[in-house]
Amino acid sequence: MRGNNVAGILFSNVHDDKIRELTEKRTIASVPFGGRYRLIDFPLSNMVNSGISKVGVVTKSNFQSLMDHLGSGKAWDLSRKRDGLFFLPPFGKQDREISNSRIEALESIRHFLITSKEDYVLLSDCDIVCNLPYHDVIESHIRSEADITAVYRHGVIPPHMSEPVVYHVQENGLLRDMLIQPKTDGPCNYGLNMYVIDRMLLLALTEDCVSRNMYHFNRDFIQRNMHKYRFHCYEFKGYARVICSTQDYFQANMDLLDPDIRAQLFRPEKPIYTKVRDDMPARYGLGAEVTESLIADGCVIEGRVQNSILFRGVKVAKGAVVKNCVIMQDTCIGAGCSLQNVITDKDVTVQDGRALMGTDDYPVFISKGSIV
Amino acid sequence: MLPKQEAVAMLLAGGQGSRLGVLTKKLAKPAVPFGGKYRIIDFPLSNCINSGIETVGVLTQYQPLILNDYIGSGQPWDLDRLNAGVHVLPPYQHIDGSDWYKGTANAIYQNMNFIERYRPDHVVILSGDHIYKMDYSKMVAIHKEHGAACTIAEIEVPMEEASRFGILNTRSDGTIYEFDEKPKHPKSNKASMGIYVFSWDKLREYLTRDEANPDSGNDFGSDVLPAMLRAGEKMMAYAFSGYWKDVGTIDSLWEANMDLLNPKVPLDLSDESWKIYSRNPTLPPHYISGRAHVQNALVAEGCNIYGTLDSSIVFEDVTIEAGAVVRDSIIMPGAKIEAGAVVQYAIIGEQAVIRENAQIGKRPEDTKDLAQWGLTVVGGGYTVPSAAAVPPKTMLDADDQKEDTAYARQ
Repeated sequence: MRGNNVAGILFSNVHDDKIRELTEKRTIASVPFGGRYRLIDFPLSNMVNSGISKVGVVTKSNFQSLMDHLGSGKAWDLSRKRDGLFFLPPFGKQDREISNSRIEALESIRHFLITSKEDYVLLSDCDIVCNLPYHDVIESHIRSEADITAVYRHGVIPPHMSEPVVYHVQENGLLRDMLIQPKTDGPCNYGLNMYVIDRMLLLALTEDCVSRNMYHFNRDFIQRNMHKYRFHCYEFKGYARVICSTQDYFQANMDLLDPDIRAQLFRPEKPIYTKVRDDMPARYGLGAEVTESLIADGCVIEGRVQNSILFRGVKVAKGAVVKNCVIMQDTCIGAGCSLQNVITDKDVTVQDGRALMGTDDYPVFISKGSIV
Repeated sequence: MLPKQEAVAMLLAGGQGSRLGVLTKKLAKPAVPFGGKYRIIDFPLSNCINSGIETVGVLTQYQPLILNDYIGSGQPWDLDRLNAGVHVLPPYQHIDGSDWYKGTANAIYQNMNFIERYRPDHVVILSGDHIYKMDYSKMVAIHKEHGAACTIAEIEVPMEEASRFGILNTRSDGTIYEFDEKPKHPKSNKASMGIYVFSWDKLREYLTRDEANPDSGNDFGSDVLPAMLRAGEKMMAYAFSGYWKDVGTIDSLWEANMDLLNPKVPLDLSDESWKIYSRNPTLPPHYISGRAHVQNALVAEGCNIYGTLDSSIVFEDVTIEAGAVVRDSIIMPGAKIEAGAVVQYAIIGEQAVIRENAQIGKRPEDTKDLAQWGLTVVGGGYTVPSAAAVPPKTMLDADDQKEDTAYARQ
C-alpha cells in the first residue's frame, strides 16, 4: 500500500554556505557524494522508502544542477500522475537575506501546502547522510499524539554545526526544554533539523511568524511554540553524518570505506536511489593496484589507488598514485601523477606528472572543470 | 491512428538457446547476463535507439518472465514512447485458435497487425543472439538507395569457419545470387548476420505466401529468403565490419566477455556517442579491500572484493571473500565466493554460492588431457559445498542439487 498521509518538504539550499567550494555552482542538495550520489538522494530515498509519495523540493538559488539531477523524479519512482516530485523554485519578491530562511521558504510554498491533502508534513534539510526510517518517525508521531516531532541524535555535537539545537527530553519522549547553540561538553541530544508536523499547524505557525516579522526558524517557530503544543522527540540511533564543512564532507566520504557504515547506509530493502548514467562497469588494467577504495561504474584504472573514493567515469593512468582522495565524476588523472588528500570536483584534468598534496585535516580542493 | 514510422524493428527473442545449458534453463537467451552489467538484448535494443528506430516489437516465447520484466516499459533504452516504443509480443489466441510461433517467419506473420499499425516503409528483423554495435539506419539507407526488396547484413568470417555460417554469394554490384546454408565448400567467407531489412509490402506479400505453403518450415533463412530469391526479387548484401560475436555457446559467451578485457578488440562500451543502455542496479559503488588484488577485470556496482581477481568479469552485488582467487571467469549477479575458494575458467551463475576452499574448474595449463578440459558452469542458485572440487567441463544445475551429492574431495 502506497501513500501514508505525509507530504515531504526538502530544503535544498539551507546550508549552502557550509561548504562554499562545493556549492559555488550548485545547491548543497546536489553536492556529489559517495561515488555516485548527490546529497539529496539520501533524504529523498528515505522519504520514498518510508512510503511518502509526494515530495516538494524547495529551492532558492543555484538550482540548475539540482533540476538536472532530479529530472521528473523517475529514478526515485516519483514521476507519477498522483503526487510525485514537485519542484518549488522561489516566487519573485522573496529576497531577504536572513541566515535561516526556512520560514520564508515555507511562506513561499503556502499554496503547495494548502492544496496538499496529507495530514502531516515532514521537513528535512539535505546536509545529513543517513538511512533514516521516516516511517518509524511518523508512526511515533501519530502514536504519541504529538503536534510536532523532532528527530535528534545522542552524541557530541559535530564541530562546525551551525546553530545546533539541544533538546532536553523527558522519559516519555516529550520535550522538556530546548536550547539554541548552548555551550556543551560531552554528549547531548542534538537536533537533526528534521520535523514531522501537522499540516494545518505548520500553516498556522508559519503565518503567525510572518505576521510578526519573525524569521528565525529555531527561535521563532520552534522555541517560541514548544510549550504551547505537544512536542515529541524521536531519537535516531543509526549512522548519520552532518556535513558542516569541507573536512566533514571529506570524512563522510571516507566513512564509506567502513563496511559497517556501508551496511547501515546501503540497505538492500531500503536502497538509496540516484540518477542513472549508463556507464560500463569499472575496468581495471593489467598492473592496476587498488586497495581500500570505493570505485564507481565507468572508471578506468591503470595506476595505483589507495584509500580513496572514485566517482563515475574517473580515469587513473599508468604510474599515477591516488591516495586518500575524493575524485569526482569524469576526472582524468594523467600518467605518473601523485595525489594525496585531494578533492577534485567534476571534470578535472590533472596533467601527466603533476603532484598535489593536502593534509588529513585540510584536503586540497580543485574546482569543477579545472586543468591542473 | 498512430503516426507513420519509416522503419519498425522486430526482434526475435523467443529462442531457448539450448546450447547455453543451465544458463538458459529459466530465462530466454536474450536475457542472459553479459559484460558485467548488461543482458544480451541490451545490444540490439541500444542499437535500435541509437539508429533512430523508436518502434520495436520483441517476440517472446521461451521462458519470457525475466525478459518481460527486464524490458518493462522500455525506459532504460529511452523506448517508452507515446506513439512508438518497445512492445513485447508473445504468441496469442485468435478466432481460429492459437499457435506457438512455428518459426521465425511465422512469428512475424502472426504479428503483421502490429507492424501494420505504423504503416512503415521498412521492417528490420533482428535477433537477440549477438554482441555488436551497428547503425541500422545506414543499412536502411543502402536498402532504399538500391530499391531492394530485402537487404541482408553480411560480415567476413575466417574462411576455415565459413562452413558454420549461412554464406551469401554476391555479384560485384552487391546483389545476392545464392544462399549457401552451412556449405561444406564455401565459395566466399561472407556470412549472413541474421539481420534483414525488408520493404514492408514485399515482406507482407512473402510472409502471406509462406504461411499458405503447407511444406514451408516458416523460417526466414530456409524458406522466405530463398523463395524471394527464386522469384527474382532484388536482394542486396550490406557489408558490416566491426565487432560481431555470436554468444550461443558456453565457450563463445565466455570469449565475448573476455573480449571486453582486451584493448585490441574493437568493442568500446564506454563510447558516449553509441551507448549500450541497460537496467541499472540500485547499489553503491563497489568496494576493494586493503588486502584485495584486482587487475585486468571488469567490476560492477555493489561488489565487495576482499580476495584476488584477475582477468575476470564480475557482475553487480558479488562478494569475493579474503583468500579467494578468481581467474579467467565470469561471476554473475549476487554470487558469493567464500574464503579460500579458487575459481578458474568458470561461469558462476546468479546467486550461486561457492563455499570455503572449494575448487571450481582448472586452467588448461594444469590439465594433462586437454580433451577433458573445458569451462565449468555453476548454475544460478547452486551452492557448491566447502572443499569440494568441481572438475573442468562440468555443468551444475541447481534443480539437480541434492544434499548428499558426492564431490571429489581434495
